[in-house]
Amino acid sequence: MNPNQPSKEPLLKIENLKKHFTVKSGGYFNKKKKVIKAVDDVSFTIYKGETLGLVGESGCGKSTLGRNILRLQEPSGGKVYFNDRNILTYKNRELRKLRKQMQIIYQDPFSSLNPRFTIGQVIGEMYDIHGFAKGAEKENRVKEMLELVGLDPSRNTSFPHEFSGGQRQRVGIARALALNPEFIVADEPVSALDVSVQSQVLNLLMKLKKDLGLTMLFIAHGLNVVRHISDRVGVMYLGKIVELSETDNIFDSPAHPYTAALLSTVPEVDPRLKKERIILKGEVPSPASPPSGCTFRTRCPLAKERCKAEVPGLTEVRTNHFVSCHYPLEDGQTLKEVIVSRGSVNS
Amino acid sequence: MSNKILEVKNLVTGYQGKDGFVKAVDGVSFDLEKGETICIVGESGSGKSVTSMSIMRLVEFENGKILDGQILFCGEELSKKSNEEMRQIRGSKISMIFQEPLTALNPVFTIGKQITEAILFHRSTGKKEAWQRAEELVRLVGISDPKQRLKQYPHELSGGMRQRVMIAIALASEPDLLIADEPTTALDVTIEAQILELLRSLREERGMSIMLITHDIGVAAEMAKRIIIMYAGKVMEVAETKDLFDQPLHPYSKGLLESVPRMAGERGVPLKSIIGSIPRLNEVPPGCRFSPRCPFATKKCNQQEPALETRGTRQVACWHVDELIEKDLLAINTEGGVPIES
Repeated sequence: MNPNQPSKEPLLKIENLKKHFTVKSGGYFNKKKKVIKAVDDVSFTIYKGETLGLVGESGCGKSTLGRNILRLQEPSGGKVYFNDRNILTYKNRELRKLRKQMQIIYQDPFSSLNPRFTIGQVIGEMYDIHGFAKGAEKENRVKEMLELVGLDPSRNTSFPHEFSGGQRQRVGIARALALNPEFIVADEPVSALDVSVQSQVLNLLMKLKKDLGLTMLFIAHGLNVVRHISDRVGVMYLGKIVELSETDNIFDSPAHPYTAALLSTVPEVDPRLKKERIILKGEVPSPASPPSGCTFRTRCPLAKERCKAEVPGLTEVRTNHFVSCHYPLEDGQTLKEVIVSRGSVNS
Repeated sequence: MSNKILEVKNLVTGYQGKDGFVKAVDGVSFDLEKGETICIVGESGSGKSVTSMSIMRLVEFENGKILDGQILFCGEELSKKSNEEMRQIRGSKISMIFQEPLTALNPVFTIGKQITEAILFHRSTGKKEAWQRAEELVRLVGISDPKQRLKQYPHELSGGMRQRVMIAIALASEPDLLIADEPTTALDVTIEAQILELLRSLREERGMSIMLITHDIGVAAEMAKRIIIMYAGKVMEVAETKDLFDQPLHPYSKGLLESVPRMAGERGVPLKSIIGSIPRLNEVPPGCRFSPRCPFATKKCNQQEPALETRGTRQVACWHVDELIEKDLLAINTEGGVPIES
């Protein structure tokens, strides 16, 4: 059941990770508590040196998952093994040490940098907090970092507003890399950038990953971007990973109907590549009241009675290809073909 | 009159700044035929939204001004119309939908109230008929259970639903032209696909002309017959979608097309990119605006601004088009990107 691969060395093992939020609803006399399962019993492994892409629509829990792995939010349950130790048991000092090894790059380069700090201070703060370097040595390190991400080192005294969006995102990357971490969560790092700038930042991330041997969890909703940068890809839907495999498997022969539909709707740049679009009906249900059984069944063109009753588990259907679906697509089958041949309850 | 529904000629729109007007749109010309979908593609600061706000004459409400040029809608000059006359045109002959459907809807009125308001403003019907019409519209844009939905407030609906409501309001008076400014940018891919499908069917069934503004070349390729590429307030290239993707004529179009990761491209290799970033509007470089970022720029490009010239069915603003075509330097080649160092 566990998507493990003996041939590779795991860096992070996530087991049954949960993040539940309670929300109050109902009126004054009729108070109710509802539980929203933002991350619902997710298990997977991140191997050393790989880039694991995480895709899904907004609200599927991909960012929450990233933050919970780093303990920027406290998970409600489960285990996260980093180098074989469960980091969810870490307290103060140990946790602070851990922060050196795990860092995050945020989506919005405008709000993630303190506008009153020079970028030298933004990056230098990392060294202050962890007592790495002081004075002239700190300044040198900051300049090295700026050079590493392709910024002019002499601009360390400039403020964030003096930089363009792409440059700010590089400052964010420099800050994340300042302490030489092993593991990086990149949470939609290029979504706020223009196309011509986006590719610059992607190239930088790919280069740094290679040069520094980083392991990266790359969270994004842009499928073309995720496909380009990731070694493996996980697809999330309503707090669960519904499919996980090597990038080519996911994109060339998706097994989950959701993945297949998602892929068919990506606007393709080249108009000569005509595809058969499968447009999903409806919207992602509210995570406060998810459907019974398979949570995707309400939108699934292949859903049957069994999907209502039983929750599918993440199973290895092909080598290293994990999917949680009762009726996954076979290798090379397209969703359209299956819809035609199987018929369905929903349509 | 010809079958052109919209003709924009040499439009210049500026915003009042400290030292005079900053030109956000600087000499933009294009036209749109009846029943056609045209797409304006550009990055942030390219002036694509300001162009649409100028056509709707909404720039005046945000400190902007149309400084020069003509906007002909069905042969009528819009830029000279009074505010009252414009009010009659907005929403009835030209409608607009915006990027963020939450801020575009009024949070304190029900959906039904907001749709019927649009109907009652442009038509002399009774309230009852207006509600019936609202129901029809809501059904038309693919919202199930219309009676119930009309009683709901915007916050009770999801992003995709809100955008459908916006489209319903825009359609209330059966406009001839629909301007959609980044209608799917705030939405998820699966919902984006639904909204684009809806726009496509509206065009086919009602023969509506659509002007779509987007930063996503993929969306443009799927929706439009013709694409206008804008950069820093100027039109760089106008071409039929197919031609543009076969062979862009402007180095900027080429750069833009090459820097998007393709779904069928090779993975993990460095992507092509355009060096530098988009200039601020008050720091527009002299000569060709793209020249500081253009790999083919010469001295001439840095000094003189090229005009938008017609070449067969297409238009392009570049000094070196002929030379670049001859040397085959404009063909799209996504391979061999270099990771930038500075």
